[in-house]
Amino acid sequence: MANLEYLISQSQNDFNVCADMPALENAKAKYLGKTSVLTEALKGLGKLSNEERPAAGAAINVVKQAVEAALNARREAILNAAQAAQLAQESIDVSLPARAQAQGGLHPVTLTLQRIEQLFHSIGFDVATGPEIETDFYNFTALNIPDNHPARAMHDTFYVDERHVLRTHTSPVQIHYMENKQPPLKIIAPGRVYRVDSDATHSPMFHQVEGLWVDEHISFANLKGVVQDFLQKFFERDDLTVRFRPSFFPFTEPSAEMDMSWNGGWLEIGGCGMVHPEVFKHVNIDSEKYRGFAFGLGVERLAMLRYGVNDLRHFFNNDLRFLQQFNK
Amino acid sequence: MQFSENWLRQFVNPSLDAQALSHALTMAGLEVEDLQAAGAVFDRVVIGEIVEANKHPDADRLQVCKVNVGKAILQIVCGASNARVGLKAPCALVGAALPGIEIKQAKVRGVESFGMMCSAKELGLAAEATGLLELPLDAPAGQDIREFLSLNDNLLTLKLTPNRADCLSILGIARDVAAITGAPLNSTAVPSVNIGSLASVLVNVHTPEACPAYFGRVIEGVNAKAQTPAWMLRNLERSGTRSISAIVDISNYVLLELGQPMHAFDLNKINGGMQVRFAQANEKIKLLNDTEVQLANDDLVIADNSGAIALAGVMGGEPTSVTDATTSIFLESAFFTPAAIAGKARRLGLSTDSSYRFERGVDFGNTKNALERATALILDICGGQAGEMTEVVGQLPVRPTVNLRYARLLSVLGIEIPQNTVGVLLKQLGFEFTEIAAGFAVKAPTYRFDIACEEDLIEEIARLHGYDKIPAIKLIANLSILDAPESAWNQACMADVLKNSGYQEVVTYSFVDESWERDLMGNAHPIKLKNPIASNLSVMRGGLWGGLLDALTYNLNRKQERAMLFEIGASYFADKNNYKEGFYNEQAQVAGLCYGDFQPEQWGEKVRDVDFYDVKATVDVLTKNQAEYRQESHPALHPGQSARVYLQDKPIGWLGKLHPKWQQQYSLPKNAVLFELQVASLLQTKVTKYQEVSKFLPVRRDIAIVVDVDLPVQAIVNAVNSAKIPLLKQIQLFDIYQGKGIADNKKSLAFLVLMQDTHKSMLDIEAETAMVELLKLLEKKFGAALRS
Repeated sequence: MANLEYLISQSQNDFNVCADMPALENAKAKYLGKTSVLTEALKGLGKLSNEERPAAGAAINVVKQAVEAALNARREAILNAAQAAQLAQESIDVSLPARAQAQGGLHPVTLTLQRIEQLFHSIGFDVATGPEIETDFYNFTALNIPDNHPARAMHDTFYVDERHVLRTHTSPVQIHYMENKQPPLKIIAPGRVYRVDSDATHSPMFHQVEGLWVDEHISFANLKGVVQDFLQKFFERDDLTVRFRPSFFPFTEPSAEMDMSWNGGWLEIGGCGMVHPEVFKHVNIDSEKYRGFAFGLGVERLAMLRYGVNDLRHFFNNDLRFLQQFNK
Repeated sequence: MQFSENWLRQFVNPSLDAQALSHALTMAGLEVEDLQAAGAVFDRVVIGEIVEANKHPDADRLQVCKVNVGKAILQIVCGASNARVGLKAPCALVGAALPGIEIKQAKVRGVESFGMMCSAKELGLAAEATGLLELPLDAPAGQDIREFLSLNDNLLTLKLTPNRADCLSILGIARDVAAITGAPLNSTAVPSVNIGSLASVLVNVHTPEACPAYFGRVIEGVNAKAQTPAWMLRNLERSGTRSISAIVDISNYVLLELGQPMHAFDLNKINGGMQVRFAQANEKIKLLNDTEVQLANDDLVIADNSGAIALAGVMGGEPTSVTDATTSIFLESAFFTPAAIAGKARRLGLSTDSSYRFERGVDFGNTKNALERATALILDICGGQAGEMTEVVGQLPVRPTVNLRYARLLSVLGIEIPQNTVGVLLKQLGFEFTEIAAGFAVKAPTYRFDIACEEDLIEEIARLHGYDKIPAIKLIANLSILDAPESAWNQACMADVLKNSGYQEVVTYSFVDESWERDLMGNAHPIKLKNPIASNLSVMRGGLWGGLLDALTYNLNRKQERAMLFEIGASYFADKNNYKEGFYNEQAQVAGLCYGDFQPEQWGEKVRDVDFYDVKATVDVLTKNQAEYRQESHPALHPGQSARVYLQDKPIGWLGKLHPKWQQQYSLPKNAVLFELQVASLLQTKVTKYQEVSKFLPVRRDIAIVVDVDLPVQAIVNAVNSAKIPLLKQIQLFDIYQGKGIADNKKSLAFLVLMQDTHKSMLDIEAETAMVELLKLLEKKFGAALRS
């Protein structure tokens, strides 16, 4: 039996010069194919005696295994190299910007309203709405502002016709709501309101949130407590306090202007008061049994303070450079 | 209301400075809007008397004066042309700080000068002056000029609420200051004047319910040209009231001092007796402001035999007005009820100090006193002889007794306050009361028109006790969890969807340009405002597109090139079938506008304009893929790219490309695609009901058919869905082809078809059967041919 050991190093050399899989397959045929020296040698085993055959077979197998091992090593090396090349080729600049639609966003008035609703919702206030074209009954009369009452002149009212106005406040929502429900009641009424007034600090359209709580044992001190609690949470400032100043709204009594402590001074933040018995009378609620408080907050005012916006007109110009600042 | 602090202090003088007084007023409900010094700020200026005046040796226009300033005689060089011996004028001493200059000892052309003689301008008292401010000859030399001219004063401006008409006078404010601070109120009693004339005018009040009290008197022999005294002019001026003539000034003065509007008629122009009555049909009056007005039959007038001569409580008439030639007057002081006057001035486009007070309520306990006060001032200033008062007094308002329950007071306010303190506060307020078991039975004084119920008294006590002493107490309440229907979407969800799709929310005005409504909405009858803020904001919007286009234009003008905008808000419309006033509807709408590139310009993506189908994706999300789109036309939209959106066969909105003519009109270089949907239709969703997931795999087959080019794909999908072919679950378009190999009037549509058996694996033959059935349906219904 010829010594086949030389095949191991020879095949290794041949495999190692193969650059890709087809070349390697060709080289494989040379050493392990049907007509290869090794296959021929295995075929020749039959001619050997029974005594010689095991040793010769073992010797051939050692060589064959070594050749196969060399083949596999080379195959793996070629695959690894190919994968490495693919990976290298597929590598990207991860710092390139994402491909995407533009970021959209909500108007700061909406953000503020949502925040107000969320805070009041957490203590059980429902959201109520009402029409913006109101009858003068709901906007005025039912709120204890009869015809020719001087308080009507406090509101610079847009008229649609003799008996219809653009609501000057969200307070009429109180009336609609109380007409249909019995106490206890807890609502906020957000929405657009209108006044004939337009300058740097007044917009003919703006937003208010009306709050109303009617129950048996409600006091003016509770009103202060709720408003102060709200403002502290809204502005995320525990040190914030609320000051009441006497004022006049025909639909509340006692009535107050609410001031909020701010940077060492006081800022007017809205009006409030205890629901006037005349208002309860209009909606058939017993004012001996029930009491209530109502407050009205200016949404733009809160948004301006919250976000540091210095000009009311920004809210209605709809300049994308302004609006997109809130898309965080 | 603006007034002089010094004038107020003549009535009540609490030991608070102007700042502290203002704060006290504000915290008691009389908001001080403005507090400022009454005159210019300067010091060390006294009255100087020129006792000697000689020409300056080296300057023609200067004089060297010796000026008596009380304690000394000073040498002062002066250039004023009216400087002369005997003149009394303000003299600024060395060290004085005048507006803009400080006075130092100086040499003027070589002559020592120890001060400066001043003009009104130099003291900041006037904008212009021609010489030294000439003071009266009896002005005491050496007296501080601030004291002499009463310049140490402040102007306070109150922003009064309509319920506090009682504070529309110095006396009224003083009463409240006394109540707030406890300082005593000086007596305002006026002695009766001496009667020197027999003349009188007969007054007949036909409407005692509107005019429960009328006082008047003749004053004969007055000098209408008399000079109004300086102290009165000063107080008037500091209340913002212009001087007109002595008699008018006096009536204005009494109005400000006591809150009682008065009117003086020229007695010689009155024709016969006076009547207080409502205007007669077609009656007219020429008012003091030179306008002639047509009176309504509920206008209260003062009339003589010739007709109306004054609009009661509002304005006098021109023909009987007092002039410089007037020698005798009839002076009126009346109480007209708020109900009789309210709204009258406004209807005529007027607002006078008189009507403003009468419609809010004038103290009917002081009508006569005010007439005595005015008479005394006229006799003093204009001379003359007063006649007896004519008095017509009927049933004056009766103040109701209002019970103030102590327990309720405490529980409404949430405060602790001793019961006797409440009594003290009521007394300070000048309220009459008796103690009753539950608390107090209270009667308001004649000057308070705002005390009708218990809450009114509770507010008064709260006000005097101090609103800032009311604690902030959190409320303990019985809570129940709020309803939270899972089947209801809300506007916030909708806004989030849009935000996450790249849209930016805007808020636009609810009132718009009428042309937008006409052009974009085809709305010939928009709801009009009677008093719009501007002509281009005169109608209520029937849709949101105008506002969105306006916002787009605003941003394009600021170099933005693309925009995706949305708004959620009401649209308003009159009842179209029944157009008349009062029939209004409004509904919340959600609308969007996309303009410019579909996506922001970025690497690796081909730039293309946004189109109908991009925006349709948004509408699909909002309608949860339930919407059906039918080609219908809308005035704002391109007729070939406009769809009405239906949900369950109900139209709920529109989607489409802006019509090219509006694109041109709005100067938009690119297309805009718009949608608008009713919010209410989008809110209802369903709570998910689980359906079994099949264990068996679906089978997909593709089919390509050729159909007429204008056949809507939706029609095919609808037909297939409603045919309910066994095992066929879904049909979905994946390609459209037109061009080579397809006739011009045809298009090729490629669908993927998903089939599924929920109970077993599908056999090929079953899938084939379903596909054959599908093709048959398409052939029959749409003349479709299988694409070869």
